[in-house]
Amino acid sequence: MGLRSYIVARVLLTIPMIMLLLSIVFLVVRVLPGDPVLLHFEKRATPEAMDAMRQKLGLDKPLPLQYFEYLAGLLRGDLGKSMQDFSSVGQQIFSAFPATLELTIYSMAVAVTLGILLGVRASRSYNSPLDHSIRAFGIIMYAIPIFFLGMIFQIIFGIGLRWFPTGLRMHPAMEPPYGLNLGSLHISTGLYTVDSLLEGNIFKFLQALRYLFLPSLTLGLVLCGVFIRLTRSNMLETLGLDFVTAARARGLKERAVVYGYAFRNAFLPVLTMMGLQFAVLLGGAILTETTFSWPGLGRYIVDRINFRDYTAIQGAVVFFGLLVALVSLVVDILYAYLDPRIRL
Amino acid sequence: METRRTILASLLPALASLTKRGLAGWITVIGSGMVISIVLMTLLAPWISPYDPSAINVGPRFSPPNGQFPLGTNHLGQDMLSRVFSGGSIMLQVAALSAAVCLVIGVPIGLLASYAGGKLDKVCSLVMDSIYAFPALVLAIAIAAILGTGVVNMALAIAVVYVPSYFRIVRSQVLTIKELLYTEAARAAGAKGRTILLRYILPNVVPSIVVVATVNFADAILTAAGLTFVGLGVAKDIPDWGWDLTDGRALLPSGAWWVITFPGLMIVLLALGFTLIGEGLSELLNPRLEQ
Repeated sequence: MGLRSYIVARVLLTIPMIMLLLSIVFLVVRVLPGDPVLLHFEKRATPEAMDAMRQKLGLDKPLPLQYFEYLAGLLRGDLGKSMQDFSSVGQQIFSAFPATLELTIYSMAVAVTLGILLGVRASRSYNSPLDHSIRAFGIIMYAIPIFFLGMIFQIIFGIGLRWFPTGLRMHPAMEPPYGLNLGSLHISTGLYTVDSLLEGNIFKFLQALRYLFLPSLTLGLVLCGVFIRLTRSNMLETLGLDFVTAARARGLKERAVVYGYAFRNAFLPVLTMMGLQFAVLLGGAILTETTFSWPGLGRYIVDRINFRDYTAIQGAVVFFGLLVALVSLVVDILYAYLDPRIRL
Repeated sequence: METRRTILASLLPALASLTKRGLAGWITVIGSGMVISIVLMTLLAPWISPYDPSAINVGPRFSPPNGQFPLGTNHLGQDMLSRVFSGGSIMLQVAALSAAVCLVIGVPIGLLASYAGGKLDKVCSLVMDSIYAFPALVLAIAIAAILGTGVVNMALAIAVVYVPSYFRIVRSQVLTIKELLYTEAARAAGAKGRTILLRYILPNVVPSIVVVATVNFADAILTAAGLTFVGLGVAKDIPDWGWDLTDGRALLPSGAWWVITFPGLMIVLLALGFTLIGEGLSELLNPRLEQ
């Protein structure tokens, strides 16, 4: 199968999955509780006020019609209206998303870097005390609640040593980086580290990194265990193969053999795992954002839970689902591009 | 009855020789020790706690650990040691209940769908894979937010998220075992589908289910703690490590590290205990998987 037909097949396979996911979310949020409006007011509103709310949100229509409008809205990028202030959920999500994206990118970088370095190190001293300690480190990290680790870091590095701030993306008194102005064109990604560089403001860039440090370290550490284990087992397998022995026999330096030869082959599964872990990362981001008052999607969901804003919760959950489906699609295609055997 | 005996026969030898199996055996023993001690501590809490864990102002507010209050007191003057002793009960109940729900739903569906094959298998797999691909915590939060608080609701929210793990492991095992010679022999000898499923296939799937269940116990505990942290916890007046951590976040600037450290460590120990059991058992029961 060529790369193009593989992509087409993979995309076609994603569609029923997404449809199913959307239907599950619709069922859970709209049908399961019976009436989200009743839940929202906790029965403390007049029937007329509740009717008005239903009408405004389109919840008075028959369920099949609601389902159809929900799907049609999604096609237009419309995630519905908030029960709290009737503003567009989609817009609120898009404005909160860059903060989450920036956090997840840096956390993933921390997790993968640590995971690869420790995993390769462990595989090179197989069954030694160092190997066992690295393995134990991964297991312990997995068992720590993210927010507990985050709070410990806040106490030590934020409140005790005062090295890093304990919350937010930037000092409240500082203007967020503006991005780049090219004549009438304004380029801004919403990622503070990128925008500050576009603006050419190194000070803001360093500030953004300082605020990112503790949250992404927390999330990255909790996630690195999976990558340690994967890299270690793949390296153990690859290090025993003939082409590695051949490279050694040619007198190459150990470092070149390990990273230049063996690791290249052990990296593909790590790439797939990055895609799979993205879902875990998003879940972890909710807790990390709550711990560090990080103004992203996770905080948005938690705020909306407190307001009992079910339409907003539904929108955010759908957004997360679509994002995960998209990422796994991209990773699979990338994988097929890098490893032609997949396309067979 | 027969089925139960066959299943026990496949498990008991492994358990009896735990300590003779080197590192994996010891890991299992240590993990079990941690879990059993925590469960005992929670059960005995009413008798060993120096104070009523819910009583306020039993001591000064924000007292650091000292002779009278070995783990200090919180912002309400509650004794942290007593709260640590009894704070695991909700988490353990939620984890046990959610594991039970997962077993009751995930295993039979997995067995039936994969044994029957065809359309049923395709539909079940599609549904399970869709849930599996979804961020677990996000889905659990959405369901818990709608079901409302309570031990049963929290357990259900967590169970929905983890049922696919059981389904997938059962399915992959059944697909292999179904094609093995001894299953074929049983079929040739005229055994009914039901007999083949329960007496020939299920006993061989049990070890994998045990491993998934222990690992998921750890996940369920962490998810329960996470749900509590975002404000979806069970009743606030019952002592709970998750709530203590959640409340502790607001108290951090005061520097009262003891309010979060001890409940947090208890969650870590409990989750770690289950993870270790899972690690050890997966090596002991499925030696081939590890190679």
